[in-house]
Amino acid sequence: MSKTMGEGWRKDPRATQRLVMDRLATGMSFVATGILVLALASILWTLLWNGLAGLSIAALIHPMGPPGSNGGLANAILGSFIQTAVALILATPIGLGCGIYLSEFGSGSKFATAVRFVSDVLLSAPSILIGLFVYLVLVAPFGHFSGIAGSVALAILAVPIIVRTTEDMLRLVPVAMREAGSALGAAHWRVVLFLCLRSALPGVLTGILLALARVSGETAPLLFTSLGNQNWSFSLNKPMASLPIAIYQYAGASYDDWVRLAWTGALLVTLGVLSINIIVRFGFRSKQS
Amino acid sequence: MTSAAAPRTQPAPIQEARKIPFWKGDRLFRLLVAACALLVLVSLGGLVLTMAFGGSKAFSTFGPSFVIRNVWNPVTNEYGALAPVFGTIGSTLIAVLIGVPLAFGAAFWLTNIAPPMVAGVVGTAVQLLAAVPSIIFGMWGFFIVVPFMAQHVQPFFRHHFGHVPGIRWLVHGAPFGYGLLTGGIVLAVMITPFVTAVMRDVFAVMPPMLKESAYGLGATRWEVMRRVIVPWSRAGMIGGVVLGMGRALGETMAVTFVIGNANTIGWSLFAPRNTVASLVALEFPESAAGSLKLSSLLALGFILMLLSFTTLAIARWLLREKKA
Repeated sequence: MSKTMGEGWRKDPRATQRLVMDRLATGMSFVATGILVLALASILWTLLWNGLAGLSIAALIHPMGPPGSNGGLANAILGSFIQTAVALILATPIGLGCGIYLSEFGSGSKFATAVRFVSDVLLSAPSILIGLFVYLVLVAPFGHFSGIAGSVALAILAVPIIVRTTEDMLRLVPVAMREAGSALGAAHWRVVLFLCLRSALPGVLTGILLALARVSGETAPLLFTSLGNQNWSFSLNKPMASLPIAIYQYAGASYDDWVRLAWTGALLVTLGVLSINIIVRFGFRSKQS
Repeated sequence: MTSAAAPRTQPAPIQEARKIPFWKGDRLFRLLVAACALLVLVSLGGLVLTMAFGGSKAFSTFGPSFVIRNVWNPVTNEYGALAPVFGTIGSTLIAVLIGVPLAFGAAFWLTNIAPPMVAGVVGTAVQLLAAVPSIIFGMWGFFIVVPFMAQHVQPFFRHHFGHVPGIRWLVHGAPFGYGLLTGGIVLAVMITPFVTAVMRDVFAVMPPMLKESAYGLGATRWEVMRRVIVPWSRAGMIGGVVLGMGRALGETMAVTFVIGNANTIGWSLFAPRNTVASLVALEFPESAAGSLKLSSLLALGFILMLLSFTTLAIARWLLREKKA
């Protein structure tokens, strides 16, 4: 930039106005990003500060207990594992099937369009409504809360995520690969399952992992379904503890050790969810390059 | 060409191939995956029906005016949806008013201004934080935002605006820290990373040619943003905002801790209110099966479902429009 040009730029009042507007917008956007980053840093900092303070071996191996009894979160951690695992076992085949249907048989049919739309709606449906629904279907008729009801509620949340990624990933499989399979005489289902699904496997796994990350932090759908439990619970037919519910119960309590445990639980859940997301991200990066 | 060997050998493998019932496996497979698809459809249908059925008692007892009744009294067994619906819409609007400018600014900065390295790191962090479970935002709100509001923000506003006519009613109320504004702020922090991520994606798919031509004509960055990027990606941006709104509408955990849980209506931003989701989360475990209260809560769930599904349908429609 030469000096004369710079001066000419500044002399025109409209140019000055444009420059000021640009600087203003730049500054404002910087401030907006700053506020956002600060708020998020505050969340992470609070979480780490309070969570690490309460993190101990006792918290990881003791079950929940009355205040002051040196209780832990072990039963909640185990309950969370069981429920999310069962939820994924339920959701994965259905999600895969639905995704396969949409990508392989669903071009142009009204039914497929409806299913795609419904799946998208379910993807961001309020999770507490899923909890209410499962309560009415699986808890009220049987008269008691149960771990399996919690798993079903989580599965309903997980299915749309798996459907979305499965369909997207299957659509990326080159037509030539399908044709090659068919030309060798493989039936359509073999082509889909053993060629398309196999080549789309990393993407599909990503979807399943993202679903896992999403449901492992969900609280609202478990409130009315698996209810939570203060003791060890291994039976899917009984109320089952879970980490998010434990956080919810403990965070609002007026006992210091419970609040500390709530923070520890929150830290554990967040670490789990974030590490799954980071794994997924790195998996994607290495695949793309 | 017309030798005897060719016609004899050709039909044989074809017949053999026809003997293998390929179609059986294919038909079964198709049936199976279609059943999975049907199950997804049925689960939403079941959701709508059970909610409508469960809430029918409340709707038949109070009539359509259930939606506009401002009463929630378990003692006299009278229920109405106005207060929680007011709180839901109010806190969502506050969240959108705070969150959208932040998200827009952040997306603008990340896509057009920040050095690529910084944009990569901050962008990834923002995207990761969009995945943090909502109960974490609730806890953060409860332990950090509520005390901050009670000790600094509310006294400040009461002192400076408490006697200004017009604004006076907005800042009215005791400085508890809980309230509509606190709920809105926590929701805003929760949806902003999400909306930022969507906006960034929408800005990123814009053909660079359009931007570069504008720069080539001497436009400033802000002018490129306002006159080129925003018009081009308007539908996608609005779609992202509405999607964030849908999240805020149905959010339970981030709000329950900070909204104050009082079924009231009023102008004050600082007074405790309630939302549909947090009212359901709090009172559902205490309602007897078959009671009018339970039915009213389910009716509330039905209203929330209508609200959020309409919002989501609009968002999907807007986001789809741009892709085509």
